[in-house]
Amino acid sequence: MKKTYEIEVDCANCANKMEEAAKNTDGVRDCSVNYMALKMVVEFEEGADVKSVMDKVLANCKKIEDDCEIFY
Amino acid sequence: MNNKQKKSLTKIIITILLLFVCTFIPDDMTLVRFAGYMIPYFVIGFGTLKKAVKGILKRQVFDENFLMAIATVGAICLGEYKEGVAVMLFYQIGELFESYAVGKSRRNISELMDIRPDYANIESEGKLIQVDPNQVPVGSVIVVGPGEKVPIDGIVIEGNATLDTAALTGESLPREVKTSDEIISGCINLSGVLRIRTTRGFEESTVSKILEMVENASSRKSKSENFISKFARVYTPAVCFGALALALLPMAINFVMGNPLDARTWIYRALTFLVISCPCALVISIPLSFFAGIGGASREGVLVKGSNYLEMLSEVKYVVMDKTGTLTEGVFEVTEVKPEGDITAEELIEVAACAESFSNHPISKSLKAYYGKEIDKTRVSDVEEISGYGIKARVNNHNVAVGNDKLMSVMGLDFEKSQKSGTVCYVAIDESFAGYIVISDKIKATAKEAVVSLKKAGIKEIIMLTGDAKAVAEEVSEELGLDKVYSELLPQDKVSKVEELIATKANKERLAFVGDGINDAPVLGRADIGIAMGAMGSDAAIEAADVVLMDDNPLKIAKAIRISRKCMRLVYENIYFAIGVKLLCLILGAVGIANMWYAIFADVGVMVIAVLNSIRALRVKNL
Repeated sequence: MKKTYEIEVDCANCANKMEEAAKNTDGVRDCSVNYMALKMVVEFEEGADVKSVMDKVLANCKKIEDDCEIFY
Repeated sequence: MNNKQKKSLTKIIITILLLFVCTFIPDDMTLVRFAGYMIPYFVIGFGTLKKAVKGILKRQVFDENFLMAIATVGAICLGEYKEGVAVMLFYQIGELFESYAVGKSRRNISELMDIRPDYANIESEGKLIQVDPNQVPVGSVIVVGPGEKVPIDGIVIEGNATLDTAALTGESLPREVKTSDEIISGCINLSGVLRIRTTRGFEESTVSKILEMVENASSRKSKSENFISKFARVYTPAVCFGALALALLPMAINFVMGNPLDARTWIYRALTFLVISCPCALVISIPLSFFAGIGGASREGVLVKGSNYLEMLSEVKYVVMDKTGTLTEGVFEVTEVKPEGDITAEELIEVAACAESFSNHPISKSLKAYYGKEIDKTRVSDVEEISGYGIKARVNNHNVAVGNDKLMSVMGLDFEKSQKSGTVCYVAIDESFAGYIVISDKIKATAKEAVVSLKKAGIKEIIMLTGDAKAVAEEVSEELGLDKVYSELLPQDKVSKVEELIATKANKERLAFVGDGINDAPVLGRADIGIAMGAMGSDAAIEAADVVLMDDNPLKIAKAIRISRKCMRLVYENIYFAIGVKLLCLILGAVGIANMWYAIFADVGVMVIAVLNSIRALRVKNL
């Protein structure tokens, strides 16, 4: 299952780091962060609970970049 | 500028003024000088320092705020106040510039793609009301007045108008529509009022599909972008460890050798490393180039579905094209009428059209279209269709036979065989040969120019695939100057032909297949790059292709390739320039030639130049 979220982040490198952080979150199969369009496409593992996975994704992203936001 | 940017700009200006004042403090007033410089330092650097502390708490050592904090605090500890403040100042200027430039190009591109309709007019009790296009059910009647955007795909049921399709196709010539024509969303009505019956919902309409495609395009990342993210991941830690080594190793050696430590020099050099450690210039400029390139291309009616496809498009060396609908109009027309004996051309056409009047064969349709007048079918009787040969009928009390050369031979007639390619219809009246009519597909007006411009763009081979007869295919190929032609192919043969061609080309060369999106979805999928043309309104083509040309002009193929090449050139320029300057400054910094000012240029200056260079990808109009 793939979902697209709007995000807010200030620098391109941070966007890359967010992508990396999201990829390493349990329940996420793949992730692509598009800095120019400010979008995050998350592909979830089968049967993952979207809400709780996204909570973890946001927590992991906040760890590397305090200023970021994901709207989900 | 948004609020955040304005705030940042204010801080930058204040800092510059304070810094200027501080330069007047005499060198011997040590404490005053230190206190003086601390004011601009905290004005400009407070945010960064705060983030740096947060970073440490979260163990993010390679966080750029943290690195900038160490570099500037280090410089200040060494007594290089001015440099410490300047690094922070320019770092902020760089950030501001980056966010401004990115915001600006985001806006630029959404303006380019300003085709999203805000409302649809529907009639209710004799009055027009504006509704959200999402709320309009399929089959409703909408009204589009002059100056308004067509919000949903449909069919014109009343009215004539000229449409501006520039936002969709890049074509500046207005297009005429009249009753019963299909109309696609995103066009602007220039004159006249149109009543349109919608054939799709808003979400399925062309305009929604295009917007979705362009918005998602930069999520499919190119090899260059992936390279840069990997590079960035390694670069920062590498430079940081380099800095650490540069600070410690020489001192350790000096210590062992019993020389003076010279700590100041080496720590200063290590700090310059930290200033250069941010890969920002690369990380921002590469996606920005692709974003701008895709945006610019869509303005020209070339929709590219992803950065990866733009990259591949630039490597295309072989272009394989379908014939019908791509190089030719795909519409069969009478191209020659040759009467024999005392019959006139008009009479010949009339007789043939009458004889064929009951048939729905494409040939009959073209004959009837060319005749152009209503046919009085009462004059036609005894129609006999002979499959594979033609038609016999009685027209105006004459025995008429219309068909191929085999029919003429079977009838035992003496006739002149035409050497023309295309479909030749021979006509016999009352058992004697009366002439022939040639029906063929017209080559598109721009096809020849398109082939020339592809050659000019360095395409090695242009190959045509077609299901048509060999003679027809070869005539078209000859006229256009193509390199190879394969004819009489079934749709599945086209796929295997393309596979064969892919197998024989060199690894780094790409093969593009260009088709009109009808029946060639499998080939579009199999080629390295599938280019569908004339896709206005055709869902299948938009779905199957990697690149969609909005109108059916083959000249756009070369244009798309040129756009992609320009974009890739900028990408490589930025990669080489940014990595080159950074490496150079690192080397010069290690040996003590480059001071912190060079480092600031390598960080911020390079970023600004790379970003400005990227934005050039947007300008593709005159390519």
